Amino acid sequence: MSLLEVKKLTKNFGGLAAVSMVSMELNSNELVGLIGPNGAGKTTLFNLLTGVYQPTEGRIDLEIKGKKQSLIGKKTYNITDMGLGRTFQNIRLFKNLTVLDNVLIGMHAKNKVGTLAGIVRTPHFYQSEEKMKKEAIALLTIFNLEDKVAERAKNLPYGEQRRLEIVRALATKPKILFLDEPAAGMNPQETADLTALIRQIQRDFEITILLIEHDMSLVMNVCERIYVLEYGRMIAHGTPAEIKNNQAVIKAYLGGE
Amino acid sequence: MENFIQQLINGLSLGSIYALIALGYTMVYGIIKLINFAHGEIYMVGAFIGYATIHTFQLGLIPSLIISMGFCALLGALIERVAYKPLRKATRVAALITAIGVSFLLQNVMIYIVGPQVRAFPQVIENKVYSVGNIQINQTQITIFLTTIILMVALQFIVKQTKMGKAMRAVSTDADAARLMGINVDNVISFTFILGSSLAGAAGVLVGMYYNSIDPLMGVAPGLKAFIAAVLGGIGIIPGALVGGFAIGIIETLISGYGSSLIKDAVVYLILIIILIVKPTGLLGKNKKEKV
Amino acid sequence: MKQLNKTNLGWLIFILVAFLATQLLVSFGIIDAFYEITLMTILINIILAVGLNLIIGFSGQFSLGHAGFMAIGAYCTAIMTIKTPTLVGLFAGILLGALIAGVVALLVGIPTLRLKGDYLAIATLGVAEIIRIAILNMGSLTNGAAGLSDIPYLTTWQLAFIFVMITLIIVVNYIKSSAGRATIAIREDEIAAESMGINTTKYKTIAFVIGAATAAVAGGLHASYFSVIRPADFTFMKSIDILIIVVFGGLGSVTGSVIAAIVLGIINVFLQPFGQLRMILYSLALIAIMIFKPSGLFGTKEFMISTVMKKQKTKTPTKKEETK
Repeated sequence: MSLLEVKKLTKNFGGLAAVSMVSMELNSNELVGLIGPNGAGKTTLFNLLTGVYQPTEGRIDLEIKGKKQSLIGKKTYNITDMGLGRTFQNIRLFKNLTVLDNVLIGMHAKNKVGTLAGIVRTPHFYQSEEKMKKEAIALLTIFNLEDKVAERAKNLPYGEQRRLEIVRALATKPKILFLDEPAAGMNPQETADLTALIRQIQRDFEITILLIEHDMSLVMNVCERIYVLEYGRMIAHGTPAEIKNNQAVIKAYLGGE
Repeated sequence: MENFIQQLINGLSLGSIYALIALGYTMVYGIIKLINFAHGEIYMVGAFIGYATIHTFQLGLIPSLIISMGFCALLGALIERVAYKPLRKATRVAALITAIGVSFLLQNVMIYIVGPQVRAFPQVIENKVYSVGNIQINQTQITIFLTTIILMVALQFIVKQTKMGKAMRAVSTDADAARLMGINVDNVISFTFILGSSLAGAAGVLVGMYYNSIDPLMGVAPGLKAFIAAVLGGIGIIPGALVGGFAIGIIETLISGYGSSLIKDAVVYLILIIILIVKPTGLLGKNKKEKV
Repeated sequence: MKQLNKTNLGWLIFILVAFLATQLLVSFGIIDAFYEITLMTILINIILAVGLNLIIGFSGQFSLGHAGFMAIGAYCTAIMTIKTPTLVGLFAGILLGALIAGVVALLVGIPTLRLKGDYLAIATLGVAEIIRIAILNMGSLTNGAAGLSDIPYLTTWQLAFIFVMITLIIVVNYIKSSAGRATIAIREDEIAAESMGINTTKYKTIAFVIGAATAAVAGGLHASYFSVIRPADFTFMKSIDILIIVVFGGLGSVTGSVIAAIVLGIINVFLQPFGQLRMILYSLALIAIMIFKPSGLFGTKEFMISTVMKKQKTKTPTKKEETK
């Protein structure tokens, strides 16, 4: 059984079907790409999977401890808690907070110390704070951000902001990580570094990654399987080699006659 | 039944005043997404201008209305340029606090100039009472209702038929796109304030006639109720302000007539909270979700 | 003992000094009966402003209903102490007031806190007005528009000082906990916060409830010190008064709110003879601050005792304001 199963997912905005009859599967521990021309519905699909939008029709099921659980009707924060983390196309960090706080906020949902314990400062509260900080710094170190813990997020250079967003998403301890155009606005060198980093995350954290990307070389390089969306429909699915030679995909990107 | 019709008539005249004020809230919100808290105070200033023209200068109703509308239009445009324009890019909370500051300023300046006491509004038209059976309609109510209808028709004409009206609608849909199309967005915003404020000025004179008394804090409660009317009808939607205004006016008079006038304000606020929870876009509004 | 680290010890000494200095000023008659009213007003305003700042400055939700929750606390304490004119009655009244205000905030907050910025402002304003109208219509219990008088004088400034400290500890500990960080995340970016697994409605509600409960405490102190309360004391205008303090002190700065309450309290004494002009000045200042520094005078900066201590050690000139 696959980790995430999407069946005939449809989202209508008014009369327009932004996503229509989309089906896809994600298995554990794999790196999957989602490509398609501008306006194909990639981000809408992300927003449906993470509960930001509710689908008009269709099913989304996540496997938790061998059982299928539907994500339809669940709130975004529940879905994150169930193991779906994400980054945003246009970076949405907590800009005025420190790098460390950004990561700690990502860890909050899994932190079991109650609000009241925080107010009366139980010993348990101090222990968990200490532990969270250690974990956060360890995580930041993997991404070479350990020198920036006290920096405000908005003062980081662009590439580091993108990386911090990934760290923050990993802090929620996801089973599946959705990356929404992580290479947007990066130069070839930065993109190459990012490619290595994404591979490393997938391997070290043993998670599934679904990657939306415009940069074809990045997707073709790292993804094991690729889904192609056009006008809200899934027009192709296969290995990078298959996608490269798929007539429908070539037509979608180069324009058909 | 007769009592019910009587309350309905009273409600219509009160509702038309709310509708006039609500239009200003709705137009400004539609264009710059700001609850112009100072709008209720502009209407208060309008009432005092009316008082001055009628009482001090002995002018009739129509010249008083025109002068009051003109003065309020200028005041509204001035407030927009000085206080709101620098905050176009600021947070919503900052803009809202500024609007509260302006509202507070107008109240206190007015108290400083004329004093805090309540004064009687001079009688400007002969208040004849017409009776049909047991139902009574007085001249004031007819005047208020007619003035409102005339102003509404004029507004509808401006918004739908003129170039400026078209520009207003363009800016409210997408200000950046409108700017790229060569529309002077700043002028359109000023024009919106001028329109809304002049209607509030008219409402000020009319409410003076309706309640026969005015004071510097008179703008607070009707201002809020008119805002509630705008939300009820669907904020940003001009016909919504009319529907909401009349609805709030009628509900208020019905509650005073059948229940207790002490709780009428509480009921209006309750309606607001219910509408915000059940359908925040208002009766005539469409749902929208923030883009991620 | 983690509680007694250097920073907290520094604050403890600072607070004790502030308390003793005030005590001395009162003992030597420099703060006489007239100025004691100012002192009490300042202390009550600190509680109100810090509570409102938690809602507006930290959770980023715009509430205009603070006066309503203050009214609940004031009337609870007044009714309780008129029946039981002892300190026990006072504490019971304040506690009951905080509890009722908290429950009302919870009931109102869960549905309305889903609303965005300005809609929420109007909804909370509506709630405060409903509370006031309800109090107006409660017959002999609240005595309508005339209000309650002859409320026993049970509050001293020392007692108010202790309540200020309790409020500050609760609010600061909350902000500096995991739940507090989640709350601040909502202010920064609600959609991102939600996708971090944060139940945004829950933390907005918690901040709203804490804010409301502290407002009720302030209301209780107000009733038992001034001895007379009327529904007209708790209108929209009162909420604006508190908002002015929060804005002056900085949206998101606890120490800013405290300093603003003190400074504005003292300025008020000097501006008293100017009457209406004072209000004109305040409204002009409010507009000017928003235009030139929309995050308030101090922004989110906090006065930090630890940096002051560090500076002292290295013998550099003390700089009082330090970024977090």
